[in-house]
Amino acid sequence: MNTRKAGIAPRTFMLLLMIYLLLPLLATGLYAFAQDWQNTLLPRSWTLGWFRGMFQDIRFLEALWNSLYLCVISVLLSLAVMLPAVFVITVYFPRWESFMKGVVVLPYAVPGVVAAVGLIRAYSSGPFDISGTAYLLVGAYFVVILPYMYQGIRNSLLSVSAVELLNAAELLGARRRSAFINVILPNIWPGVMVSALLSFSVLFGEFVLTNMLVGGHIQTIQVYLFRRVGESGHLASAIAISYFVFILLLSAVLMKLGMKIKGQAK
Amino acid sequence: MKKRQRGLILALAPFVLMVLAFQVVPVFSMLTGSFRHADGAGFTLGNYQHALSSAYYLQAIKNSLLISVFSSLIGLAVGLVCAYCITRFAPAVRDRLLMLSNMTSNFAGVPLAFAYIILLGNNGVFTLLFKQWGWNVFDGFNLYSWSGLILVYVYFQIPLALLLLYPAFYGIREQWREAAALLGAGSWQFWRTVGLPVLSPAIFGTLGILFANAMGAYATAYALVGGNYNLLAVRIGSLVAGDVVTQPQMGSTLAVLLALSTLLAVFLNQRMVQRMEGLGGRNSAGRERSSGLLRRRWPAVREEAGQ
Repeated sequence: MNTRKAGIAPRTFMLLLMIYLLLPLLATGLYAFAQDWQNTLLPRSWTLGWFRGMFQDIRFLEALWNSLYLCVISVLLSLAVMLPAVFVITVYFPRWESFMKGVVVLPYAVPGVVAAVGLIRAYSSGPFDISGTAYLLVGAYFVVILPYMYQGIRNSLLSVSAVELLNAAELLGARRRSAFINVILPNIWPGVMVSALLSFSVLFGEFVLTNMLVGGHIQTIQVYLFRRVGESGHLASAIAISYFVFILLLSAVLMKLGMKIKGQAK
Repeated sequence: MKKRQRGLILALAPFVLMVLAFQVVPVFSMLTGSFRHADGAGFTLGNYQHALSSAYYLQAIKNSLLISVFSSLIGLAVGLVCAYCITRFAPAVRDRLLMLSNMTSNFAGVPLAFAYIILLGNNGVFTLLFKQWGWNVFDGFNLYSWSGLILVYVYFQIPLALLLLYPAFYGIREQWREAAALLGAGSWQFWRTVGLPVLSPAIFGTLGILFANAMGAYATAYALVGGNYNLLAVRIGSLVAGDVVTQPQMGSTLAVLLALSTLLAVFLNQRMVQRMEGLGGRNSAGRERSSGLLRRRWPAVREEAGQ
């Protein structure tokens, strides 16, 4: 299909689709800046007050901090666990790959509510009573980002031909551990960074597990947003828009990184 | 040799441990829980019997199935039309359009429900505006009900459908259309006899993902209607971590039922992806689809993984 010039029908359809998709975003954005918006098409007066209120709210800052450290810790833990595991499987036990893939893809098919049920049941009593703690949440987060981390690390390993690299390094007398740290890691680092950032943003938007597992004890940005919706619509829109802008910035960074990797590969 | 082996196993151990602790044990615990009596002892099928005979839980299951089927079908239909439209644009415009729909697929869950409350809720901008203008298009509409839920679900289904479907359209070669036209087939006949059959694995596979996506959606519904609308996911949530009385056994049972339905849908998707690949010649489309869920989020990842 090499048609370059779009006809009138595709243009109309896409325009409608874009209006439909962007309207809720736009409305939230306007609402966050609106002071008086009752019965006119556009707000009558504007203000930055809601954003000011947001940054003065100690609970918001606390929630932001909670979100940040929980996500960072989970991603770092996942990196520490997944990097050696995926490396060993891909390079030394390729026969186990399909098994690992099955394990790792499962979180896609199992909705958050279901995962939460199991986690709550398993850890709310008995020897490991960690319900409501950050430990449980970090474990749950680890499972949520499994597919992203696995796919990212594996793709990076394959695209730098890790097996050949490793053989060359060992032929030149490098020990396996130092070959991994000095040769493989620097080469796959950009791709791994992309998966890490992607995982981070997935976790940043996580609500179901967070609310069900630790909602009463630790408020993340999503839980906080959920609690504030009933109180002040304007303030909540300011938070929602800030969150969205943050995610957009993150995805812009991701795209830049992705393009850079692609450029290197060529 | 022994030492080498030990090092490798040491590298795998943390992974195995984490997966066991946070994936296998919870699933196992949920399964056993669903077969326990309410007091937590003994083996019983009673929970399932109760879930499948109680009018209340049956209604939750029915509502969830209905909303998933409807929102998936609408999302699929719109996604198909738009995916076709997108192929008609020049690559630069196309990429921008895809990026925009990608972007909006991050706008889900609580923020999305919230945006719709601002737009169409009881004191929503449009609700008030239309009232002011004397329009009564939204008179019978209530955001916090079935129609509102469908509206919001469709919003997050469309970008997903679009991103999953558009690669399949690239499998349809311009030459086929020309050949069909030379043989005297009209546009409609081409799509009916060639286009749609070629697309059908992608269509059914996408339907599976959309269905699973809607069945498992919790945040959006919860933020919009709280516990007021009887959906399976919402019901599970309140049974396990509810404000009233928690019934973890019943929650486990419903969770197993929900997981079965989503696993089945994702399995359908996997089979269809294999069929796409089996058709040959369109491997690129098949490959693109196979980890569509992962790539739906960001074009960067799509490009990176597509190497």
